[in-house]
Amino acid sequence: MPAVIDRSALAAVALDEEEYGAIVGAIGRDPNDLEIGMFGALWSEHCAYKTSKALLRQLPTEGPHVLQGPGENAGAVDIGDGLAVVFKIESHNHPSAIEPYQGAATGVGGILRDVFAMGARPIAILDALRFGPLDSGRGRHLFEGVVAGIGGYGNCFGCPTVGGEVYFDEGYADNPIVNAMCVGLVRHERLRRASADRAGDVVLLVGADTGRDGIHGATFASVEMDERSGERRPAVQVGNPFLEKLLCEACLQLNELDGVTAIQDLGAAGLTSAAGELAHRGRCGIDIDVDRVSRREQGMSAYDVMLSESQERMLILVRPDAEASAREVFDHFELHADRIGTITGSGRMRVREHGIVVADVPLKALIDGVPLRAPAAAFAEKRLAPVMPLVEEPEAILLDLIASPNLRSRRPIYRTYDHQVQDNTVIGPGFDAALLRVPATNKGLALTTDGNSRYVALDPCEGTRAAVAEAARNIVCTGARPIAVTNCLNFGNPERPQVFGQLQESVRGLAEACRALELPVVSGNVSLYNETSERNIPPTPVIGMVGLLDDLSHRCPAGFQDDGDIVFLLGETREELAGSEYFRLLGAPLEGRPPIVSFEAERRLQTAMLDSIGRGVLRCAHDVSEGGLLIALAESALYGGRGLRCPGIAGPVSREATYFGESQGRIVVSVAPRRVPELQKLMAKHHVPLQAIGVVGGEDLQVGSDIRISLDTLRQAWETAF
Amino acid sequence: MVFPGTWSDRDCAHAVLDVLQEPVRYIDHREQSVDGLELIILPGGFSYGDYLRCGAIARFAPVMEAVADFANRGGLVLGICNGFQILQEARLLPGALLRNASCEFRCEWVHLRVEQSNSAFTLDSRPGQVLRIPISHGEGNFFAEPETLDALERNGQVVFRYCAPDGRVTADWNPNGSARNIAGISNAHGNVVGMMPHPERACEALLGGDDGLILFRSAIHALARVAV
Repeated sequence: MPAVIDRSALAAVALDEEEYGAIVGAIGRDPNDLEIGMFGALWSEHCAYKTSKALLRQLPTEGPHVLQGPGENAGAVDIGDGLAVVFKIESHNHPSAIEPYQGAATGVGGILRDVFAMGARPIAILDALRFGPLDSGRGRHLFEGVVAGIGGYGNCFGCPTVGGEVYFDEGYADNPIVNAMCVGLVRHERLRRASADRAGDVVLLVGADTGRDGIHGATFASVEMDERSGERRPAVQVGNPFLEKLLCEACLQLNELDGVTAIQDLGAAGLTSAAGELAHRGRCGIDIDVDRVSRREQGMSAYDVMLSESQERMLILVRPDAEASAREVFDHFELHADRIGTITGSGRMRVREHGIVVADVPLKALIDGVPLRAPAAAFAEKRLAPVMPLVEEPEAILLDLIASPNLRSRRPIYRTYDHQVQDNTVIGPGFDAALLRVPATNKGLALTTDGNSRYVALDPCEGTRAAVAEAARNIVCTGARPIAVTNCLNFGNPERPQVFGQLQESVRGLAEACRALELPVVSGNVSLYNETSERNIPPTPVIGMVGLLDDLSHRCPAGFQDDGDIVFLLGETREELAGSEYFRLLGAPLEGRPPIVSFEAERRLQTAMLDSIGRGVLRCAHDVSEGGLLIALAESALYGGRGLRCPGIAGPVSREATYFGESQGRIVVSVAPRRVPELQKLMAKHHVPLQAIGVVGGEDLQVGSDIRISLDTLRQAWETAF
Repeated sequence: MVFPGTWSDRDCAHAVLDVLQEPVRYIDHREQSVDGLELIILPGGFSYGDYLRCGAIARFAPVMEAVADFANRGGLVLGICNGFQILQEARLLPGALLRNASCEFRCEWVHLRVEQSNSAFTLDSRPGQVLRIPISHGEGNFFAEPETLDALERNGQVVFRYCAPDGRVTADWNPNGSARNIAGISNAHGNVVGMMPHPERACEALLGGDDGLILFRSAIHALARVAV
């Protein structure tokens, strides 16, 4: 270890001394400042996954329809007709905590670029959001800023925001969660891999000029925050969705040119990461001349240029003889492109400034060489669920629940998002899953994000299994078959054993669930260090899932359709109240065992659902999740604008668990009276328990003598403003 | 018509070409001539990012001179959302579109009452008919001086008003604070229409409704009349 090493310089890029030693070992000398900056960015948790990589190897990533698994800008799955669906979810938590509007906006911008870098046209955005309570000024500031930022970017770009979720919990008061998922479509033969394959190819940097914004954003996202994090505002980038729209159209045209060999988004760690990954994926090298990079301001150093996270920039690799035709495309969109370098066979990244080599590092070390971390893990002791008082006034509780921030209508949020542009939105936001038409076909794509962090906090493995199961149920309720998963793992500081234990268990649950449901994980993102002043967020894995519906005429809505239809509950209700919204409402401590998923039962339920929907037996289907059965019934009534007459719900469990328990593997369905025998036969065939609940009709939601609420009253509570 | 930042161009083309089977050509903002065209649609989007002011930059696009000539010669022009804003900036339609009264972007289905069936885009409808068509904008709050509003009313240039599902025009059903609930207007001849709602999003039952087709069908019939 050289004596000259300055610890504060290492801390500034969040490297430790062991890592410094590894850099020296890899390059055979002490790195200069620029090289330390480059390694610091690429060896950050955000870029290198050094804490999570070993865990993630458990995930199933292959399947007969997978065209591209993790490791590229986004994953891709075959959906027939020569088309691939391309998708990924990513976090933008740290920037959003500092500057919510731009943090969220550039989160959307980044994930859009990941998808069109694959050659795919983005067709949908979904957002999974978590905030602290809205009664604090900061909570409201973050919530309003993030929602406005998502809308501001997506609306201007012209990609519909069709779904997602938002939950409020004290645990997110300091660190909001902002995860954005983008879904795109591309013909198989035009699916791109961002990989250099030949020395001599020309490296073009296109889009925005490079500024000083976002320098060390990747590093910033890899350390915990404190009261001084607000000073990191310069590490937050500023988005320009208009430029991104032009960039997208240009990239999609470039993607049709044979002489264009790769398209790579500039995201975290800017040019260093984009250029390094592009070259290293093809086991090539790359020479970059920073003098050729157009800049927003004077006096920028090579360090600034290499580590800037200015948005709306792409790297395009072209054969030398194709540069002119690529430039015609840029010219058409009035975009500026700099020829900043060349692909080499050296296996190294060499950076020149004023003709002098200012950085020269082996790519294998830079991209793949980070020493993996294996922190200590500790596991929380599981405690029994608290004993809570019996429900005295189910009606009042139902009204309070449906008006609560986690269960009330999301319409005030999603109506600020354009969810229709591109003319494919068949089922928009506000239901179990969104359903989009695949253009020029009769097929549909069902899209959802899910994750209940209360369950995960109680049991990280079970809670994550439940997130996957629920996402799959949401997809199945539309009639679509789940085909693949993307995930975003948002956790606290992994250097704390408790947090690393959560991460470890959560990934185990994710792997188990995806194997059990035969769902490949084709992309994902890990966001750690969601900690402020030693307070860590609740563990928050978010599952993004895509499903395929072969014939849109078989789609199934979530709301009651016709008076006289018979409502059934499919699946089994158990005495499971821990982690429920009901317990939260009562102020119960978060303790006990969360609802347990049986994948055996889950598979039977999902098969039975698809069988029934395919035969046109079901009139509607709605997943039972947060809030339990009464909330699911109330939602189906509100969606359809029709009441429900239920003589009473008997069950093997307490009234509380019957009404408000959140047992997994349950779906509320309605059928026309004459098809009831068929439904009963189908459920018997698939061994799915079903229970008659009531009859659709009237102006009230009525359950025995316990509940009689007019739909108007219910709607008023549900539509409580944020 | 495609300006940098336009995004409803493909949706409009889908409605006209895929749904109505009529030929479509995309017009680039740099073109000098619109010869050979019968109907021009200025679609929605964020032309030039809506920077400066919605439509304020697009109206200087080279093609806009040809569009103005086309409109003044009686050619059919439909401005949707951002297209409406551009037509106002180009002075082909009166008034201005301010920030929504809610100060928020709004994307939702609304009801429109047809006020005028003499415009080229409402020939197939009858006054009082209610259409269900979505809006998607942050700046659709129609504004004009009272004298201008009176003149628009007098001349039958108010084409659509936001209304209740049963056709009542009340403040409760005004999604953006538009003066007199105005959702769309025409020029004096009725050949140029601007509207904030998106009829191209309401052309298929699969996507929630097809009331928007009546506008495109009306235009096709208007063109057939001229041809006869």
